[in-house]
Amino acid sequence: MQTWSLVSICVLLAIIARWGVSLNSYSGAGKPPMFGDYEAQRHWQEVTYNLPIQEWYFNTTNNDLNYWGLDYPPLTAYHSWICAYIAKTINPEWVELHKSRGYESTQHKLFMRMTVLVADLLIYIPAVVLYCLYLTDGSSKKKVSIMFCFLLYPGLILIDYGHFQYNGVSLGFALWGILALGLGWDVLGSMAFSLALNYKQMELYHALPFFCYLLGKCIKTGLIGRGLFLLVRIGVTVLATFALCWLPFLAEPSQAMQVVRRIFPVARGLFEDKVANTWCSLNTLIKIKSILSGDSHFTLCFLFSVPQCHFKVNSSLAFFLFSFQVHEKSILLAALPACLLLNDLPLMALWFLQASTFSMLPLFLKDGLLVPYIVTSLGFLFFSIYLLSALDHCSEDKLRLGAYNKLFYWLPKMDLFYISIAAMVGLSIATAVLIPPPHLPDLFPVLVSTTAFLHFLGTFIHFNVVQFSEPPSRKSQKKSN
Amino acid sequence: SQQHVNVISCIRSTDFEVHRNWLAITHSLPVSRWYYENTSEWTLDYPPLFAWFELGLSQVARRFDANMLQVENLNYASPATVLFQRLSVIVTDVVFIYAARECCRCVREPKGSRDVLSRPSFVLAVLLLWNFGLLVVDHIHFQYNGFLFGFLLLSVAKHLQSQHLQGALLFAFLLNLKHIYLYVAPAYGVYLLRSYCFAQDNKDGSVRWSSFSPLRLLALGAIVTSVCALSFGPFIAMGQLPQVLSRLFPFKRGLCHAYWAPNIWALYNVLDKSLAVLGVRLKLLEEAELPPASMTGGLVQEFEHSVLPSVTPAVTLVCTLLSILPAVASIWLRPHGAQGFLRCLLLCALGCFMFGWHVHEKAILIAILPLSILAVESREDAGIFLILTTTGHYSLFPLLFTPAELPIKVVLMLMFTIFSFTALRKLHSAQGSLLHPLEVIYLLGLVAVAIACEVVFPLSPWQQRLPFLPLLVTSVYCAMGVCYAFLRLYASLLLRREEKPKQL
Repeated sequence: MQTWSLVSICVLLAIIARWGVSLNSYSGAGKPPMFGDYEAQRHWQEVTYNLPIQEWYFNTTNNDLNYWGLDYPPLTAYHSWICAYIAKTINPEWVELHKSRGYESTQHKLFMRMTVLVADLLIYIPAVVLYCLYLTDGSSKKKVSIMFCFLLYPGLILIDYGHFQYNGVSLGFALWGILALGLGWDVLGSMAFSLALNYKQMELYHALPFFCYLLGKCIKTGLIGRGLFLLVRIGVTVLATFALCWLPFLAEPSQAMQVVRRIFPVARGLFEDKVANTWCSLNTLIKIKSILSGDSHFTLCFLFSVPQCHFKVNSSLAFFLFSFQVHEKSILLAALPACLLLNDLPLMALWFLQASTFSMLPLFLKDGLLVPYIVTSLGFLFFSIYLLSALDHCSEDKLRLGAYNKLFYWLPKMDLFYISIAAMVGLSIATAVLIPPPHLPDLFPVLVSTTAFLHFLGTFIHFNVVQFSEPPSRKSQKKSN
Repeated sequence: SQQHVNVISCIRSTDFEVHRNWLAITHSLPVSRWYYENTSEWTLDYPPLFAWFELGLSQVARRFDANMLQVENLNYASPATVLFQRLSVIVTDVVFIYAARECCRCVREPKGSRDVLSRPSFVLAVLLLWNFGLLVVDHIHFQYNGFLFGFLLLSVAKHLQSQHLQGALLFAFLLNLKHIYLYVAPAYGVYLLRSYCFAQDNKDGSVRWSSFSPLRLLALGAIVTSVCALSFGPFIAMGQLPQVLSRLFPFKRGLCHAYWAPNIWALYNVLDKSLAVLGVRLKLLEEAELPPASMTGGLVQEFEHSVLPSVTPAVTLVCTLLSILPAVASIWLRPHGAQGFLRCLLLCALGCFMFGWHVHEKAILIAILPLSILAVESREDAGIFLILTTTGHYSLFPLLFTPAELPIKVVLMLMFTIFSFTALRKLHSAQGSLLHPLEVIYLLGLVAVAIACEVVFPLSPWQQRLPFLPLLVTSVYCAMGVCYAFLRLYASLLLRREEKPKQL
């Protein structure tokens, strides 16, 4: 069959999966007084539509920052404004100042879900399709299979269409950036990535690889002459993009500072909820929080993250594992590069992606998304194993351990894979069905995050080994990743 | 928490309550009350074998939520109930999957290696299993059509494999499960009589009266009577047969369903209405003389046409019989084996759809599904299939009318349409294009109609005054396509060159 028809059918299937998940509950449904992320997004539409720009990030009588104050960069705010404009034409009650707090109705839910779908259709899905068709190698059937599995990644679907967020926009922009860099359009790529950064500050996880790659490319083409010219062009593009996004806030320095303070809340603790990163897991053993103070947390994280420069997965994983104030949804930022690896390392990529979805299970349970979680995870596992023949790719050279082969040859890879899947299934069932003992009320979330952490750590080590064991000729190719 | 809504079970329809009610009736009441019970407006109007099937289901239902089995619990829809009902459809679909597999085995594979995606059997499998109409009607709207069509397709497959007794048995079961399949009973009757009871033909294809085999006729008769006895037996014994029949064939309902099926009568109604309007405008008629426009109000009741003669059930019966007569005569006089039987079955289904009394638009699926088998083998049939399928499926759109279902039905329809067009075009690429340019224009017009009805109309001022308008436009536009497909299918049967009956 022709590629375009296969691609359109796969995209349509992906849309069905997303809309199917949309029909379920969202975060904070029917739970006053604070509700959840869904209400946060609705509130931002209310704030951005009704108040002047100068008041968006400030605590005023009309804008109570304690009730879901804006804490994303300006592009999110502009997006909310556009959605609010459309909402107002359909039903003004949805964004009425103060009165629409906690507004919930089936119509409104449909509208909100539609905004997520439209944003995905415009930004994320085209990026994925173009990336898989132009930047992966293999037969066209292989490319379509990868694209399909990429689009079916459950973590993103469940968070964006279930819990309710707009990660597709920022991840989509980042993907456009990667796509542009891969095609050699560095200026456009840096512009796309700047847009991603201006949508969600967590894209900083991906910033180091972008920066290092572009810097490296400039150095390679010669710092005197073309390289310098390229560097200047990129720098100007980035500054111009930032300036354009922050334009309304640059009039007064206090405005800009307030926005920065809102999007980088250093005052909060080391971790929130039960997150599968090092600090959280260590906390169960040593009460780190109580030993160190806030500022020193921050420095520790930074020191750990700097050595990882190139490989995007490694860097984002490093940030996730060792960063400050990490939310479990941030694993999505590491998941995106992992999706890009579905072609090269299908088994490890799909293993990691499954683990990342599993790590968010307590969140899904809180939102009432158990059935979509099960259905999408099973679907993803089935399709990626079947279409990508992932289980065949576990021989030593396929896993690309290279010189470090001898260190790990004793590890039974396939058995580990099956054991881990079984563990994830078992813990999922336990968390959903069993009641924890009263003196350990958070037993299951902690178990989930610890298991996920072990998976992430293992993947982290593996990908690092792969990166450092590659022959130099391939390294320059890999830099484009 | 209360709102644990399933991905597939959050949208329900009246059919859901219908089947819940039947579960309750068959479980809680004695057999003698089944066809008299009318606490709910959704009385039991399927044949008794389906009632026994519901009784069996209700034994399992008891473990999910016993409250759904109380007849008084009208519109009871707890999450456990919804889950059970949805699961029952999915589980009974196993029959359909098995039947699809059998049909795929009957398809001839052309020589030469092809990749999996282009093989006729694969294309047929996807066309059957992912049929938009079936997905929408069964899983979103809620019915057991997958289960029933499984029986139909399995019976057809058995005939294609020359296992006629099994095919007859399956059809007998089917008829006793849902009597709408009476539409295709003439095809079965004539074919079995002609090609099975008369064991051999003369050299020119005409009947060899001497080869009549009473044994075979007896076998067929025994099968049919025993199945009917199993189904109707208890009710005949209780003398309730007239009551059962009156429930099964409610002629008190109007010529057209609340939403007009895209058949001849839809076109007839529109013609009548336009003539009436024209007549009033040209002062040929008095507006007061005309009966009120209750037909366009979407009510299900008996009424009269204003200008053209009114249509009674007897008239529709005569028209239907006339429409299927040529097809049935054709397989009697010049049988083309099992392929001819399949074609005749399609024509009977379409003929009854076109001219029947109170036809439901879901009945178009009886024609679409078997046509898939012919479509993967012949180029001409593929062209007819594309027209019939696209218009038939689009005519099902009004069944899903809530905004939440709009993306689902649009996306599913697009998926199926893209697949059927590209796959069939690839299969028959060697023999030229599948569709005439005019046909392509007609199908593209469907897109315009869709946008007008789903997007433009709800936002326009006519929404209040003429709420029935989109349904009218949809059924009239689709009726044209269905009529055209009917005529083309007839042409392909009657104008077929003399061929040796295919032995498969």
